[in-house]
Amino acid sequence: METESIIKNFKEMFPSDILEITEKNQKRVTITIRSDAIIRIAEYLFKTIGFRFVIASAIHTRRGFEIHYHFSKDSCGLLLNLHVILDSNKPEIESLSNMFNASNWIEREMHELFGINFLNHPNQDKLISEGNWAEGVYPYRKEFKSTTEEKA
Amino acid sequence: MSRKTLIPIGPYHPLQEEPELFKLYCDGEIVKDIQWVTGYNHRSIEKLSESKTYEQVFFLVERICGICSTSHPFAFANAVEEIVGIEPTTRAKYIRSIIGELERIHSHLLWVGLAGHFLGYNTVFMWAWKYREPVLDLFEMITGNRNSYAMFKVGGVRRDIESHKIAAIRKILSNVKTKTDLLTGAVMDDPVIHARTKGVGILTKQDVIDYGAVGPTARASGVAIDVRKDDPYAAYPLVNWKVITAEAGDVFAKAEVRLLEMYESISIIEQCLSGLEKEKEGEITVKIKEIPEGMGNGRAEAPRGEVFHFVVSDGSNSPARHKIRAPSYVNIATFRKSCIGQTISDATITLAGVDPCYCCTERMAVVYDAKSGKKIMNARELIDRSISRTLDLKKECKSNK
Repeated sequence: METESIIKNFKEMFPSDILEITEKNQKRVTITIRSDAIIRIAEYLFKTIGFRFVIASAIHTRRGFEIHYHFSKDSCGLLLNLHVILDSNKPEIESLSNMFNASNWIEREMHELFGINFLNHPNQDKLISEGNWAEGVYPYRKEFKSTTEEKA
Repeated sequence: MSRKTLIPIGPYHPLQEEPELFKLYCDGEIVKDIQWVTGYNHRSIEKLSESKTYEQVFFLVERICGICSTSHPFAFANAVEEIVGIEPTTRAKYIRSIIGELERIHSHLLWVGLAGHFLGYNTVFMWAWKYREPVLDLFEMITGNRNSYAMFKVGGVRRDIESHKIAAIRKILSNVKTKTDLLTGAVMDDPVIHARTKGVGILTKQDVIDYGAVGPTARASGVAIDVRKDDPYAAYPLVNWKVITAEAGDVFAKAEVRLLEMYESISIIEQCLSGLEKEKEGEITVKIKEIPEGMGNGRAEAPRGEVFHFVVSDGSNSPARHKIRAPSYVNIATFRKSCIGQTISDATITLAGVDPCYCCTERMAVVYDAKSGKKIMNARELIDRSISRTLDLKKECKSNK
């Protein structure tokens, strides 16, 4: 029941920002939103309804760079994926790290591995490959080939 | 501006058995700022996973962590089963939960030992690790391995727990319970441990929410989140147990939560064993033909907190994207809140307080003779020795029946 009322309120709050809603079941919902609405929607989820930020996953697909922001409502076991699609040529989105610290490292990681730019991020330094990786080479992009793949 | 002294912990340091660097910026005794550097041993498991089949990924993710080696396959299985839309059989669910809870017991005992060690209280260290040993023997008896049990597969488990093993498991468990009583009594009443851990490294409820901390780190600050309860999987909805929380948020509260959780784990295992007895022998896997296109979010409560796996399938036999979030990823970030303002000597136990992942899977250290440099045992002999030990344990279990 709680899931349904959350989704209903969500639709009423952000009618123009939602592109698609996929309800797999009561505990797994994916909502595709416009990327410029991420701040106000994340703020609503985190501050107003009390969702916990779990992590974000970036994927490089034909449609561009997609990010799934995974939010969890622990009182009803709902896992809500906020899905945004970013432009391949200029992937950038507002950072959530000024709202909560939980997204700080993962945004740095996505910046490092996918080359997605997080606007207004407090510190976009490299997180995991500091000092031993070339600049401007993003290993998790589809066009990246590792040395073993190249040999093959 | 006052001058600060930089005190490095790591990259290689007895406190952290994995390469990590903590830079403590201190003014006198007090830690004023902390920075964390990692990536010394980045294995790129997420990328590797995309080049392996679903069956192979289980073995890959099992090697993310040596201590909670079953929680990653657990979460991955949950994610893939969500994509396929199947549920494992009840028998497989019970076996999965038994493995998960045994792991929690051994991991918490390991942490209690290490925490004692960091405080310079090595008696606790030796006790805890001594009592942890029978749990590892239990693993060897059930799965054939002390660590990295290779029990999980899509749709079920690889090995059954036969009925003659149940009595032996119960016997060892009751022994573990008495030892846990002993250890809990000793730790909770010890004035030295009180003095070193109470009021140290406090993490408030607001900090936990802000950093998204999980597991005992969150529960010790009064945030009652536990995936086993909130988003139940495997056999957890079939058994009775409660989520342990504490309010203080200091290192002592974290120890308290972990110690009391061990009792819950023992109780869960006992109920699962009864469930297995009622179920009789039966199927332990569900056969699946292929993994369809789709997305799966798998969660599992590891000893350190929620493990999260996000799997995207494109219909082929390997994941198109596999995102993994281990609990230490969010818990380690809380050091900025818990360490700043502490003294240096308290910072070490605070760093250990969230139980950052360690690896202790080495069993056989002497393979070369130090003097002559000759090989004492080759790989085949090592494997044979390991197999014969497992067989001995199984015999022991049968004779105990």
